Amino acid sequence: MKNEKSTEDIALGIRRRVFEHAMRNNGGYLSQACSAAEQLAWLYNEELNLGAPTLPMIPELFAGVPHADNPGYHTGAGYNGPFEADLDRLFIAPAHYALVAYATLIEVGRMAPEGLEMFNKDGSSVEMIGAEHSPGMEVHNGTLGIGLSTAAGLAWGRQKRGETGKTWVYMSDGEVQEGQTWEAIQCCAHHHIDSVKAIMDVNRQQCDGAMDSVMEVGDIRAKMEQFGAVVAECDAHDLGAMRDAAKTPHVGKPLIILAHSNPFHAMPILEERFPRLHYVRFESEDERARMNISIADALGVAPIDYEGAR
Amino acid sequence: MAEMVSRPYEAAFEKHALANPDVLCLSADLTSSCEIDKFRDNHPDQFLSLGMAEQNMMSFAGGLGLAGYRPFIHTFGVFCYRRPYDQLMASIAYPRRKVRIMGFLPGITTPGGMTHQAIEDISVMRSMPNMTILETGDATEVESICAAADSIDGPVYCRVLRGQVPRLFDTPIVVGQMREVSMGDDILIVTAGITTEEAMRATKALKGAGVLVRHLHLNTIKPFDKVTMLDHIHSVKGGVITLENHVTEGGIGSLMAEIMADNGVGKKLKRLGLNDTYAHGGSRAYLMRYYGLDALALTQGIEDLMGEKLGITEQDLAQVRVDAVHSLAKAEGL
Repeated sequence: MKNEKSTEDIALGIRRRVFEHAMRNNGGYLSQACSAAEQLAWLYNEELNLGAPTLPMIPELFAGVPHADNPGYHTGAGYNGPFEADLDRLFIAPAHYALVAYATLIEVGRMAPEGLEMFNKDGSSVEMIGAEHSPGMEVHNGTLGIGLSTAAGLAWGRQKRGETGKTWVYMSDGEVQEGQTWEAIQCCAHHHIDSVKAIMDVNRQQCDGAMDSVMEVGDIRAKMEQFGAVVAECDAHDLGAMRDAAKTPHVGKPLIILAHSNPFHAMPILEERFPRLHYVRFESEDERARMNISIADALGVAPIDYEGAR
Repeated sequence: MAEMVSRPYEAAFEKHALANPDVLCLSADLTSSCEIDKFRDNHPDQFLSLGMAEQNMMSFAGGLGLAGYRPFIHTFGVFCYRRPYDQLMASIAYPRRKVRIMGFLPGITTPGGMTHQAIEDISVMRSMPNMTILETGDATEVESICAAADSIDGPVYCRVLRGQVPRLFDTPIVVGQMREVSMGDDILIVTAGITTEEAMRATKALKGAGVLVRHLHLNTIKPFDKVTMLDHIHSVKGGVITLENHVTEGGIGSLMAEIMADNGVGKKLKRLGLNDTYAHGGSRAYLMRYYGLDALALTQGIEDLMGEKLGITEQDLAQVRVDAVHSLAKAEGL
């Protein structure tokens, strides 16, 4: 299922939606839209081989957690289509990117715009930190670092069954501070799990600020290669380079694309907030108004009328 | 004397895995210690070495579950939940993956000391939604643990005995069903795992002292048949005593306390086990004596519970042998 829009248009649409949402809600994961929009747009619009969604365009309300007494439980994976041997799967490892991921689902026609209005509302399945039951999610990844391991297990199983679909992971660079990431890479290499493909948003930011100020991680590429991955690199805002990176051969090894991104790409005024970009909460009405005008101009839309919003 | 069975898990796992192609054998660098080395050598296509990396192993197993496999994780009990607790919770327990976690060396069954002794595993697993807990107390239960665990629609943690294991029972585990080892009506003894054999020794000595105990053995700790247990609690004249290879908080002693308090049972409960303490390294017999987990500790606990001396000595208990399984069949079947 391919979308008729261009990937560039989808990336712009993602930023516009996240911007509007952040303005109305006096803050949000704005910087993740700056860094990630092209990556998620490219995955959904070009790279992933997905079937048509199997869940309603307007997300269902929260219907309980997995439990023996909750037989109707299902995850939000149906927004990525059915599970078929030849189709791909996607895990959003940093579940904090959920707002951007939901905006992507809307832009590619897999979720109705109303879904974003349910974001972080009590009783909604469209949760702030993507949960298993949130649109487009298949597992809980809110504890950073577990996504790649889960993908590795699924991919090993799918390879053993002869399935041709790939298992993709959207990762964040902060996750390389977790030891589990390295356990997962060495495991993929040891077991020749080459149906795992990952694209990592290398924005060099994390919750506390710039990664180098929180915990230096050294040369990520060299480390990953030593642990057994094939690594490709690209500018996260250059779709041509991203397409080329994905073509890198990786027989018997996982492919990890390091997508070097700008955490204020397309919203340059956000640089004022550096290095506190993880969650941008406007600190004053003045700041909110200035950012509204500046970002709206940068994205080619009218400023958001957020009076009356919460 | 009870028959001793050597490495009962080894053949039992192989038999179960070969009959169930979606069962996978996962190991974390403790392959021979968990009696799956022959399986690794003979059935490499069904075996996955995941190395000394338990965090990845837990999430990986969750991924295998997504692919429709039923991975059996083999490592020491401590390594199943202490380091990879977050992964166990997020990748296995929450989504109810059919992952069967075989935790070897429960409690003080290892001279490995604190780092190797899973003394609070039941407490941790009991508080984890969606987790089932099984515990083996003899060779027959070890032989039936794979089928029992694999029958669960969700994740299972099992306390598994290895090496030389006595045969106390001749019927396989029936999930959810406690074993009625003795059916006296003076005192209720509740045990699981290796403490069951101790209670069986104590039972004979207690009978000699005129105390007829009702002894229940648990192989299913969660979920739990509270209704049947409540009937047993009401059936004895005296109090209830638990003996567990685990800390006294959060295990079967706590389980009994909850049932009794929830139902307003006005009886005394004495909980024996590791009393808010870590253990150190030593032989099983030494540790069971040192930490009060053996038959003598149980008879002394019953003296406390009854408020009278029974005069049972270590020598009395040393002379008591647990009979071979077939002479026990009647006691069990009643």
